[in-house]
Amino acid sequence: MSNIIVLPLIVPVITAILLVFMRENVLLQRIITLLTLVFVTIISIVLLMEIQVQGVMRIDFSGWLPPFGISFVADSFAVLLVLVANIVAAICLLYAIFTIGERYEKMYFYSFALLMIAGVNGSFLTGDIFNLFVCFEVMLLASYALIALGGEKVQLREALKYVLINIVASWIFLVALAFLYGTVGTLNMAHISVRVMETGNDPLITTVALIFLIVFSLKAGLLLFFWLPGSYSVPPTAIAALFAALLTKVGIYALVRTFTLLFTNNTEVTHTVLGVMAGLTIIAGCMGALAGRDVRTIASYNVLIGVGFIVAGLAIGTESALQGVTYYLMHDMVAKAMLFLAVGMMIYLTGETVIDKMSGLIRNYPVFGWMFFIVMCSLAGIPPLSGFLGKVLIGQGAIEGGNFVLLGLGFLSSLVVLYSLLRIFLSSFFGETIISLEDEKPLPRRVELPVILLALCTIALGIGAEWISPYITDAAETLHTPSIYIDAVLDGAKWQGEVNE
Amino acid sequence: MESLILVLVGVLVAVATYLILSKQLLRVILGTAVLSHAAHLLILTMGGLKRGDVPLLGESEGPYTDALPQALILTAIVISFAVTAFVLVLGYRAYKTNGSGNFDELRGTPDE
Repeated sequence: MSNIIVLPLIVPVITAILLVFMRENVLLQRIITLLTLVFVTIISIVLLMEIQVQGVMRIDFSGWLPPFGISFVADSFAVLLVLVANIVAAICLLYAIFTIGERYEKMYFYSFALLMIAGVNGSFLTGDIFNLFVCFEVMLLASYALIALGGEKVQLREALKYVLINIVASWIFLVALAFLYGTVGTLNMAHISVRVMETGNDPLITTVALIFLIVFSLKAGLLLFFWLPGSYSVPPTAIAALFAALLTKVGIYALVRTFTLLFTNNTEVTHTVLGVMAGLTIIAGCMGALAGRDVRTIASYNVLIGVGFIVAGLAIGTESALQGVTYYLMHDMVAKAMLFLAVGMMIYLTGETVIDKMSGLIRNYPVFGWMFFIVMCSLAGIPPLSGFLGKVLIGQGAIEGGNFVLLGLGFLSSLVVLYSLLRIFLSSFFGETIISLEDEKPLPRRVELPVILLALCTIALGIGAEWISPYITDAAETLHTPSIYIDAVLDGAKWQGEVNE
Repeated sequence: MESLILVLVGVLVAVATYLILSKQLLRVILGTAVLSHAAHLLILTMGGLKRGDVPLLGESEGPYTDALPQALILTAIVISFAVTAFVLVLGYRAYKTNGSGNFDELRGTPDE
């Protein structure tokens, strides 16, 4: 049964390779891509159910028992993220099918997208920190290709910067891994956690933890986000939405995993640094979102506010805050994909990127207008949409933990999010229409469908919170009590004794 | 021996940093390649250099050398090879389309 843990990684990889040979047959590529993602989604639902029954699951490749072999570990937190990531990716690719054009489709667009999704799934599921590096690279290499695909002048330029910043980040990751291996002598995450706890409050471990913090902050766009607005605004809408929904979230996932499981000893230093970085990210993101005049810039800075808010929850670190982190991560994937699709559609319909030059879109495209309204409410955290509960849980955690600065910043940022998006809404959707009926670009219902599906997801996440909450509670419990994860991976005390000899 | 290799790692990182901070595209790419070699050497050194015999049971009594760093480096080399190949092609295309390999001219204009 535990063999299915590997499917979210292996199935997209195999189909991606198969699709290379179907280059000319675009229709077949589309069908296979969607079927793959639906299949992975079903697998992750099955996994999620199974975890509730038998606890954290793992698979040891080739039968090498941990900590010696590489293992995949599926706990509720990872599988929930795999589930939402694949649903969102399927919807983004549905949008790509309708809009991206044959030129991209024949240039292996679906293969790259599937490889990226495989890397994302692998990063969520792996239980070995070097394997996390490899999955990161799989994801990043596919994303390098996706960002440059199309070969526009500006794309190549931004792709170059994106690639270079990520090469340097990966290098820091390798250095951190080298120091970690030199210090604790193991790469299995559960085993690292055991060894770190035994070492106690070692300054060397804290240093390694801070190097990891730098790496994952670069990937997540936490404070070190200078590369993000530029590179997220050059690729076509569907790709930008995939990036906004998935890539930064993998960085956040790695931060959560590292600072709840691996480095839990010296929280005064690590969690304080995390808190400060989260606070600064929220402030900088708010400033960018307020100052921006370009819809894509505003959307990119909204990604940063989301990152800051989630990491603030991690820095607070109480169990309800971690529930909030899990819930908000799921919400953020859906909402950010929806925001980027909406922004991309606005640019497609008007040919403009500056908000003042658009007006009255809601008269021409009423359904689309209301969809934008929904994503705005969802991101601002208005009940019953999905943003609300995550904010409440993180806020509750902040009050329990007595962390009022982050609490204030987090909730003020909601107002800024609301204001920045309301500005787009008022200036671009309301007001006199500037598009006459003859010039009106047709917006087929099928292009609107992905955005409507995402809106349904955010409503379902909000209203269906009652049904999702057992999984969220389980995820947060595993995060808050690392021994559950460690026992599941190292088979309890028996292994810990043998391993430590 | 370890300290000697660590000094070498330091030199490589210094060279790579110098190259990456320059404005010419090709130099930056070469810098990233040198940088990754520094990381590989660092991993090797961190695992401990030649402490014992080949890690094959029955070949010797032990102690054995840790084989894991080699495996890690092998993986990292393959990845950095792929990335370097990709970035070289990307750099070439960017140079052809933008007409410049100088980062000052690849900055972009605010009106785009």
